[in-house]
Amino acid sequence: MSIDWAIVEMAIPLLAEGTVMTLRISALAAVFGLLGGIALGLISLGGWTWARWAVRAYVDFIRGTPLLIQIFIVFFGLPMTGFRLGEFWAGVIALSLNSAGYIAEIVRGTVGSVEKGQTEAAKSIGMTRGKILLYVLLPQSIRPMMPALTNDLITLVKNTSLLSVISVYELTRSGQAIIASHFVPLEIFALLAIYYYVIISALSYISRLIERRVPAW
Amino acid sequence: MSKPITASDKPLLSVRDLRKSYGDREILKGISFDLTAGETLVLIGPSGSGKTTVLRCLNHLETPSGGEITLAGDTVGGSYVGEAARWEPMSETKLALQRRKFGFVFQRFNLFPHLTALQNVAIGPRKVLGLSKAAAEAKAAEQLARVSLADHMDKLPSQLSGGQQQRVAIARALAMEPRLILFDEPTSALDPELVHEVLDVMGALAREGMTMIVVTHEMSFARQVADRLIFMANGYIVEEGPPDDIFSAPREEKTKRFLTHVLNR
Repeated sequence: MSIDWAIVEMAIPLLAEGTVMTLRISALAAVFGLLGGIALGLISLGGWTWARWAVRAYVDFIRGTPLLIQIFIVFFGLPMTGFRLGEFWAGVIALSLNSAGYIAEIVRGTVGSVEKGQTEAAKSIGMTRGKILLYVLLPQSIRPMMPALTNDLITLVKNTSLLSVISVYELTRSGQAIIASHFVPLEIFALLAIYYYVIISALSYISRLIERRVPAW
Repeated sequence: MSKPITASDKPLLSVRDLRKSYGDREILKGISFDLTAGETLVLIGPSGSGKTTVLRCLNHLETPSGGEITLAGDTVGGSYVGEAARWEPMSETKLALQRRKFGFVFQRFNLFPHLTALQNVAIGPRKVLGLSKAAAEAKAAEQLARVSLADHMDKLPSQLSGGQQQRVAIARALAMEPRLILFDEPTSALDPELVHEVLDVMGALAREGMTMIVVTHEMSFARQVADRLIFMANGYIVEEGPPDDIFSAPREEKTKRFLTHVLNR
């Protein structure tokens, strides 16, 4: 077996372009997913029974179906509802919706496990459920949530590779394009693995730094 | 020490036939008492007698199974409607408005660990009463000074001793300007040498005319500070009266046995 080093050299900058796209999508989906997930998680701890059930059903759907199918549903479904957003935004939306479902569960689990006395103390000074969640329970949950959120972010970054199926020109797709024209699958897939590995190692490192800076009591 | 209570004084708090069950287990079997503004009532009794449950039912941290609690004429937690007197609970928002009229001091302090002492006290005035940040913090600082913690305002609960934490919790209750404060075994979780600093603060509040209900095992505090004592056992009020009478001449056999037991410890 011989490695075609010329191809590798040629591929490195091309894949860097795909990397930029992967990072852009990951960043957008991570922000939307986090905000959506926190909102859904708080709703599932809140007082509106019907909303709790709706979130429950949503999370069940997200967890119970393959992401690939969810991506296709968003990609083919969105235009039917009148939104013509293109594959980039379809991809961002699909990943955000997926991530929000998982983060909702993380939020619900962590916020829900704060010691009962905290809720009672907040009630005793006249706080209602929404204020208790927002000012008492959620701030205490941020640090314990960090490891699970990091995991979710890593999964999200790797999941961006699935967007190649709706021809978003992200890292995996850019590799596939090189393979199609030069037929060097091993070199390119090995390179792709290295690219993802480096991105994710960097994210884990940053997340550990942040985690250390979030105050503990 | 006890304040004069005249017949014209309407009770601030009135409890009638308060009941609480968990499944088949009846914890409170019909508790009735009145409390006049400015009075300090101390509940004593063996553990499991239902003292803590009484307090927790008063501000609806536990929902009573029956009976009626009235604070300044308003039924707490809901109302009895119709001829069948069906219990209709009030909305959470309305209940929250009523709850803040009861201060509550917990056995395990339950301070918010992510907030400083000042923020712990200010968060109620700020987020519930709607004061500005500056006004809420000024109010909080005032209450912390009242419990002698002016020098510790910027510390987190984890940096304070148990006695200090409990005094912050008292300041947190005071900052809401409650009509009365409920103390649930406020010194039980403290190291023995820290108990007095909390009891001193409570004694001072009682002298200033704060209305208080205290569940405690501190018999000397009960004797010195209480205007009235209630002895509970098995979910009933066994005996009530001025502390001196109960301590020196208990009428009921159960009270006698309990007092002999705790005073000879």
